[in-house]
Amino acid sequence: MNRRVLRRWISNFMVGLMVVAVILAVLPLLFILFNLVLKGASSLSIDFFTKLPVPAGETGGGVAHAIVGTLLIVGLASLFGVPLGIGAGIYCAEYPGSRLTKVTRFVADVMNGTPSIVVGVFAWTWIVARQKHFSAVAGSAALAMLMIPMVMRTTEELIKLVPHSLREAGLALGYPRWRTSLSIILRTALPGIVTGSLLAVARIAGETAPLLFTALGSQYMNFNVNQPMAALPLVVFQYATGPYEEWHQLAWASALVLILVVFVLSVGARLATRRRFHA
Amino acid sequence: MTSPASPAVDRIAPAVTHRTLTGTSNAADRLFRVVLTLAASAIPVLLGFLVYELYMGSRLAMGQFGFNFITDSIWDPVAEKFGAFPLIFGTLLSSFLALLIAVPLSLGVAVYITEFAPKFLRQPVAFVIELLAAIPSVVYGLWGIFVLIPFLRKFIFPALRAVFGFLPFFQGPIYGPSMLAASIILAIMIMPFIMSVAREVLLAVPDSQREASLALGATRWEAVISAIIPYARSGIFGAIILGLGRALGETMAVTMLIGNRHEIAASLFAPGYTMAAVIANEFSEAATDMHFSALTYVAFVLFALTILVNAAARLLIWRVARGAAIGSKAV
Repeated sequence: MNRRVLRRWISNFMVGLMVVAVILAVLPLLFILFNLVLKGASSLSIDFFTKLPVPAGETGGGVAHAIVGTLLIVGLASLFGVPLGIGAGIYCAEYPGSRLTKVTRFVADVMNGTPSIVVGVFAWTWIVARQKHFSAVAGSAALAMLMIPMVMRTTEELIKLVPHSLREAGLALGYPRWRTSLSIILRTALPGIVTGSLLAVARIAGETAPLLFTALGSQYMNFNVNQPMAALPLVVFQYATGPYEEWHQLAWASALVLILVVFVLSVGARLATRRRFHA
Repeated sequence: MTSPASPAVDRIAPAVTHRTLTGTSNAADRLFRVVLTLAASAIPVLLGFLVYELYMGSRLAMGQFGFNFITDSIWDPVAEKFGAFPLIFGTLLSSFLALLIAVPLSLGVAVYITEFAPKFLRQPVAFVIELLAAIPSVVYGLWGIFVLIPFLRKFIFPALRAVFGFLPFFQGPIYGPSMLAASIILAIMIMPFIMSVAREVLLAVPDSQREASLALGATRWEAVISAIIPYARSGIFGAIILGLGRALGETMAVTMLIGNRHEIAASLFAPGYTMAAVIANEFSEAATDMHFSALTYVAFVLFALTILVNAAARLLIWRVARGAAIGSKAV
């Protein structure tokens, strides 16, 4: 009898500990969001989105150049990363027995575990060191390399989910293999692939480390991807570690915008697929 | 244990169509395959190129310092003397401390939301965790500088020193930016990853496992510790290793919080450095070829370290999974 009471007490105690763990783990995370909204929202204004930075010490100014920069750098990275990742994913799903599939899968896993800063160093030695100047292209190359394995794995997984009978139906109707793959298999898997790609875009949009010595950052509005370019994550880093209070305000606001972009992309991606599946 | 028939059929079916198809391929099919092959082989080629570039970039430093690079502690760009031991030590220590904090907390959360939490709470909590995993590292760094460090310096660090001050780890002056602060932000960052993977693994545990254990008279906690966690252990190891991989390569938040000093201190209140942080700080300001080369060498070592950890993890998971299979057969 005593033992049973003791065991129940231990069980309750452990559950209590878990509740403490939930509080300890979730509190800082909620605090981050709370602080971001609180400190970031107060610095948001029209100027923030439309103006360029002002000299240190002056109030006002915005980060229009970094918003444009992030769009360009991430857009360019997706232009290379998404098709390559999807192509490789289709290959791995279509030819599961081939040796290249095994190698590519293994290498994609290795790449997924490679720290982003190492990829940044690679982009530097590959592009910046050869061109002898910093450029947005080098940053995009690093980001593309980070997104390829993510896009590839989702594509492969989703194509594998398409029922085999669909492929057989296509082939039985006389479609050649490429048309079966593209207009039946890929089309069926497309909503999921779009979601996966958007999630990959959301993840690289916040990457800072690979841009530090590739895109470098800039104080000016710049549309030339062969030149150094500002990006929102770089602005957060530079302003947060700088000495001025105005900079810190801008850092909070930029972080809020960055996180909104990331959240909208990831929530939007999930909602898009969910609606498709329900319809 | 016999496997059900349908998966075997599924496994055979594509192979058959594959063979018949390659037999009847036309020009367009061949082009299709060539394009896909190019995309698929681009990935190994890129990684091979990365290894080659890192090796070429660090050759100068490798020739000069060899393996002493890993064991030497002096980092002096002016005298062109480079030793990465404090960096490697800092990377390993900060990741280890982060795991020490994050693993019990995130496993607790994962078990709670899969086994104990009210049903209506489970989905929203899982969603919030997914979102938190998407927060960029630099945002954690920003929050760390302006919210976490002042809080730690004011409340947590003095309390730790008062209680555990007899240990060498909790002695000395409190700066703020420190090994401990970096480890705590790392722990906060990797928790969502560990939680979400551990949660999925626990959800995959069949209900019969829970029911059997409860039917034998186990309390709910005993069911967790004796039936559910052992069943899920290889997946849980995987979750932890995933967190470790993130922690080792994490750059921005650590750079912003660790204090960036090339030395090994006994006290966790003292600043330190990690491999990723030194690359982030010094790469764009390096002036000499040797400095660039030494930093590339650091990147090479970091790359090798993450590969080693991932390989070890796979081996471990494989071993543990095999162990579980043997165990279930015995039952």
